[in-house]
Amino acid sequence: MIHMEYYLIVSTIMMFVGIYGFLTRRNLLAMLISVELILNSVDINFVVFNRFLFPGQLEGFFFSLFAIGISAAETAVAIAIIINIYRNMKNIQVRNLDKMKW
Amino acid sequence: MDITLDLIVFAVLALFIVVSSVLAVTTKRILRAATYLLFVLFGTAGIYFQLNYSFLGAVQLLIYAGGITVLYVFSILLTSSEGDKAEKLKPGKFAAGLAATLAALGICLFVMLKHKFLAPAFEHGELPVREIGHALMSPEKYGYVLPFEVISVLLLACIIGGIMIARKR
Repeated sequence: MIHMEYYLIVSTIMMFVGIYGFLTRRNLLAMLISVELILNSVDINFVVFNRFLFPGQLEGFFFSLFAIGISAAETAVAIAIIINIYRNMKNIQVRNLDKMKW
Repeated sequence: MDITLDLIVFAVLALFIVVSSVLAVTTKRILRAATYLLFVLFGTAGIYFQLNYSFLGAVQLLIYAGGITVLYVFSILLTSSEGDKAEKLKPGKFAAGLAATLAALGICLFVMLKHKFLAPAFEHGELPVREIGHALMSPEKYGYVLPFEVISVLLLACIIGGIMIARKR
């Protein structure tokens, strides 16, 4: 049997790689990809805790299921916003998005 | 600890996931980043399959790998011009981000490995789809009919919002 900690190590590494990408990338779509990595690692955590610690229940399973659905919705809206930004400014680099900056 | 087939499969999946996710945030070309993200999602689905949650793995493949990645590729093709490379970041900011991430990763791994979890009780065996369906549709305790309905409203709102935001005026 594989130890639970191995799965958690993988998901922790994935989460911090996502955070690193979010901090260092300057393209809106690349930042969104990093957010997907973070969400995905949290899904793994929920599933692993459910499977290893509470195998008789389904809470983690359903939490992951709904998190996948919600992240799909979030991505769709975010990409619509990004396409709209591109249409208005011809650019999706974060440095150029300062119209609403006070 | 003896090496079993399970462990080998897990090691391959873990290596695949870690390498792909690092490449997804470090590669210069945005389309390659989307492709590596697809690989990460495949690896995650493999982990779900390995944990005997085939339904969740199938959902992951369908929604993430099938839907979201296509959305990413289309929007990348719509928004980036040819030969678009990632902008060079100042070395100081780059180093600050890397240092903060590594420090946080170290702290998190330390806390997680020190923590005493409950005794793991892994059971082999597939989760029956009948049980998932009953739990998803039941309004009683441990039933999920309310989030199920709410997420359907959320998806509807997101469809309308996406059309409203992205349409041409």
